[in-house]
Amino acid sequence: MADHSHGSPESTGVVARPGQGDVQKFQNPGLPPHRPRLADRDPRAEKRAERQVAILFLVSIIGTVLFFVGYFLIPLDETIETLRLQNLTLGLGTAFAMLGIGVGIVHWAKTLMPDHEVSEDRHEIRTEADRADAEKIINDIVEETGIKRRPLIRNTLLGAMLLAPLPAVFIFRDLGPLPGDALRHTYWDAGTRLARDPSGTPIKASDVTIGSAFHVIPEGLSDSEHYLEEKAKAVVLLMRLNPDSLNPSPGREDWGYQGIVAYSKICTHVGCPVALYEQQTHHLLCPCHQSTFDLTQECKVIFGPATRPLPQLPIAVDDEGYLIATSDFQEPVGPSFWERG
Amino acid sequence: MSSTTTQSTYQPKTNVGKITNYVDSRVGGSGIVKEFGRKIFPDHWTFMFGEVALYSFVILLLSGTFLTFFFDPSMAETHYEGSYIPLRGVEMSEAYATALNISFDVRGGLFMRQVHHWSALLFVAAVSVHMLRVFFTGAFRRPRELNWVVGCVLLILAMAAGFTGYSLPDDLLSGNGLRIIDGVIKAVPVVGTYISFFLFGGEFPGTVVIPRLYVLHILLIPAIILLMIVIHLFMVVTHKHTQFPGPGRTNDNVVGFPVGPVYAAKAGGFFFIVFGIIAAISAAFTINPIWNYGPYDPSPVSAGTQPDWYIGWVDGALRLMPGWIAGIPLEWNIPMPWGVNTLSLNVLLPALVPAGIVFTLMFAWPWIESWLTKDKREHHLLDRPRNAPFRTAVGVSGVVFYCVMWAAASSDLIATHFFVSLNDVTYWLRVLFFVGPIIGFMVAQRIALALQRKDREIALHGRETGRIVRLPHGEFIEVHEPLDEYKRYNLVNYESHSVLPAEADVNGHVTRTEKARGRLSRFFFEDRVAPVTPAELEAAHSHGHHDAIAEQHDKAAVSK
Amino acid sequence: MKALSQRRRHPLAAVALLLIGLLFTGGVYALASSTNEAKAQTFSADQVDEGEKLFVANCATCHGMGAVGSENGPSLVGVGAASVDFQVGTGRMPMQMQGPQAQVKPPQFDDEQTMQMAAYVASLGAGPAIPGEDMLDTSDADPANGGVVFRVNCAMCHNAAAAGGALTRGKYAPALSGSTAKHTYEAMVTGPQNMPVFSDANITPEDKRDVIAFLETIDEQGSPGGADLGSLGPVSEGLFIWVAGLGVIIAFTVWLTARSS
Repeated sequence: MADHSHGSPESTGVVARPGQGDVQKFQNPGLPPHRPRLADRDPRAEKRAERQVAILFLVSIIGTVLFFVGYFLIPLDETIETLRLQNLTLGLGTAFAMLGIGVGIVHWAKTLMPDHEVSEDRHEIRTEADRADAEKIINDIVEETGIKRRPLIRNTLLGAMLLAPLPAVFIFRDLGPLPGDALRHTYWDAGTRLARDPSGTPIKASDVTIGSAFHVIPEGLSDSEHYLEEKAKAVVLLMRLNPDSLNPSPGREDWGYQGIVAYSKICTHVGCPVALYEQQTHHLLCPCHQSTFDLTQECKVIFGPATRPLPQLPIAVDDEGYLIATSDFQEPVGPSFWERG
Repeated sequence: MSSTTTQSTYQPKTNVGKITNYVDSRVGGSGIVKEFGRKIFPDHWTFMFGEVALYSFVILLLSGTFLTFFFDPSMAETHYEGSYIPLRGVEMSEAYATALNISFDVRGGLFMRQVHHWSALLFVAAVSVHMLRVFFTGAFRRPRELNWVVGCVLLILAMAAGFTGYSLPDDLLSGNGLRIIDGVIKAVPVVGTYISFFLFGGEFPGTVVIPRLYVLHILLIPAIILLMIVIHLFMVVTHKHTQFPGPGRTNDNVVGFPVGPVYAAKAGGFFFIVFGIIAAISAAFTINPIWNYGPYDPSPVSAGTQPDWYIGWVDGALRLMPGWIAGIPLEWNIPMPWGVNTLSLNVLLPALVPAGIVFTLMFAWPWIESWLTKDKREHHLLDRPRNAPFRTAVGVSGVVFYCVMWAAASSDLIATHFFVSLNDVTYWLRVLFFVGPIIGFMVAQRIALALQRKDREIALHGRETGRIVRLPHGEFIEVHEPLDEYKRYNLVNYESHSVLPAEADVNGHVTRTEKARGRLSRFFFEDRVAPVTPAELEAAHSHGHHDAIAEQHDKAAVSK
Repeated sequence: MKALSQRRRHPLAAVALLLIGLLFTGGVYALASSTNEAKAQTFSADQVDEGEKLFVANCATCHGMGAVGSENGPSLVGVGAASVDFQVGTGRMPMQMQGPQAQVKPPQFDDEQTMQMAAYVASLGAGPAIPGEDMLDTSDADPANGGVVFRVNCAMCHNAAAAGGALTRGKYAPALSGSTAKHTYEAMVTGPQNMPVFSDANITPEDKRDVIAFLETIDEQGSPGGADLGSLGPVSEGLFIWVAGLGVIIAFTVWLTARSS
């Protein structure tokens, strides 16, 4: 590897353009001789190709007919079988109609139209003469406007052009309201009963047996004006496990009730519902990006892309034995946002 | 004056001729026919992918127009009363209900939905394969750099068109997809929350996002795509098509078939073939069964929630990113004078960095390559991928990088279908994310060089015939059949870049970037196989013993 | 009798006969199923004894003598007859080897033996009973409601089309097509492996029946659009268009640009 060629490929001739008469290069032998096709030599083959093309066009006609058979003769009678059959017939009809034409034309082109390859010269994309002409025209135009000699006009125009698009941006301001503190509150409040999703019936503590998982919404959510928006923040997963397996941190000992705990179902990663509860391992898994939360460690992240634990909803039991929230979530639920803090 | 003379002198005889003449004399069609009627297009199967993309886009416009007549992009609540029994009486949005009606109560509606969605998948796939072809054959080099950029823009637009369409039926799958987008947007520093509120018209999901995406999907994005396609094709006409090198084909000509009749027939027929294939697939294979997913509701989610394939790699990057690295959280609360702000690197890094790397390298590659090789000439002849080992290696490396993320988007399905642990799949893919592109680079480069050596050997000594002959003095040799002139030219006619060390500029100063370029050049081009020269061939033929010759010439080639 | 024989060629005779036949079978079936249910709740002492023998021979190695559990298997006291019927009836128990979770395989015991073991385990402590035929009768169930309940409570693990999905560390939620109504019901009330328990207080027996009706409906009807590609969503669709779609297209492009002979 001693003597690497220096300089640009052109100047050293290492990378010569092919067929340029360089002694280091093979001469371009030119186009190979044309090989006549069967249909060029044999009139019977030609006739056969002609028939094949016609048959392909006939296939297309049959395909179109098949489409109409499917469209008119197969009724949509609310059963899946007829719909499947109709879809199949319409689809195959269209497929035959299209492929018949397409394959027919291509076969025609390949077998019966001339197959001599033709060479055409490339031309310069831009000739020097054109460039010179264009340059002169543009210079004349610029000169005639006088923009170079009149900086006042140029500068004010620039200023105007810079400002003019701003309204076009700001006019979109009313696309939506400002966030405010909307992301910090949910429908939950002290005393709100936990209810089953989607029926909305309240849940008694005694209903929640060990190993079970309830999908929970706040009671009365369906009366909310913004049902889906509130539900998107308020959904909760309620689980009961052996109280000994829970390890509440100081200050959160009374957030559960006899091993019943409630956690936000909205992933702290990008917001999918974390609803996969493994009742033996006590892990919660998000099906979208596989963040795994450990229920026995207050839903700490043990795998996957989430960083923060799922927020816990403090719960208790009211006089009638129903589960209630003792407050809203103590932190914003769902994915992080810049102002979250 | 002259035109009036022409009109008065030329009298068409047939009716068709009269009509044609009427139009032609008013729009100047003769000039167009003269220009394009016999224009030459080279023929190679890899040149067809751009057409596949174009045709699937046309099919998208046709089927999409049909769908708009029946679809109502409204998020207003309604109760489904259509034919599909497992959803009857369920509360849902108008968008979802009308999408169900198209599927179950409009004759041919399901077929058109499937045509639309399958051709959307094919559209992006064809654009991707077309770009891979252009990349690996070096078709992006001068003068086509700007058309490559237009193509990159088209790829991004195709993905945007696909994603906005994916979200429209307001089913559970696409709703959760939108929610993920919302989560990613919220992670953007400073403006994220505002963008989210502006996009959704308030809190997620709101009632405006689907109508807004609809306008983007059926008007804005297709209009820009059309504009870009026009620019793209205009430049193809200006540049004329590239061609593979070969006998009779030079940098200064185009060899192929004239538009009329052969090329027009083939290209036109191919539209019907693509349509036919999509129709056949749509007839027999379900796509996006929205009736399975149910209406969007923020509480449920389905196992296996994935985006369509072209967004998969970004979703995969999100999955690969750990939230904690060695006990350090990747979400930071940063104290600011006005309060505490949150920076979610666990979302931002995977959402922006891999896509940033891929798109930056993709857009800039034509200039990176010409800077590296100092090759600023016009290229109308393509490289066979093996004859540009460095580029092929870089491309394969990028493809592996992409595919690792792509695979990560289906980590849960890999786990269930190959009976392995979901967590292990993620761990392995995290390793491959870093190691895969390097291995891909090395393997591709070695394979390309090996193929070049093989080509050299065949060019010098001919093809192995498999016929063993015993010579009078007892030696056995395998008979090599010499190549004909044309076949040999195919193997010897290529350019091989060699190392270009850093050079001093006009002031005699070697700049730092030039030094870096020199190092990169050494890294990429140190190993190379030079094309066979006539002298080498001469030597190979005059020498009797081909083994020794081969050795000599391999040495010569490497040290050249 | 004569009147009857005269009318046996009446056009409605076949219909009447069919009705009588249906009524008769239905009646016998109802009778049989109610006795079956009664049997499910009160096993005979004989069955308990036989069950104990089978248990000691086949299950006690892991679950311990008296089913109190050991290092290798949980206690079965109070899991109920439904749990045994599900685990043994689907072949999950006895396990072939330790693993992330018990695999479905051809059942090792016949129905009678399964019932005997269920009887034994049920005798150790109260637990969910094997559901009777009337609890599984989906003839007037509402599959649409079942779909709603299924999507909220089941789809996140089992997939919206019940095609199954992955859980952590090699565990998975199986696909539900092919599962019998009884086994589906039992799985809901007992929460096998890592599946949470869906007691009647959580999902009412009517809702459970609706869920079963929903599963049966989507299983029977198949996909209206043609082959469902495993109902796995966009991944299998993407794979299909890349492999099959582009494969066919490439075949056509090669043909299209090849020289005709």
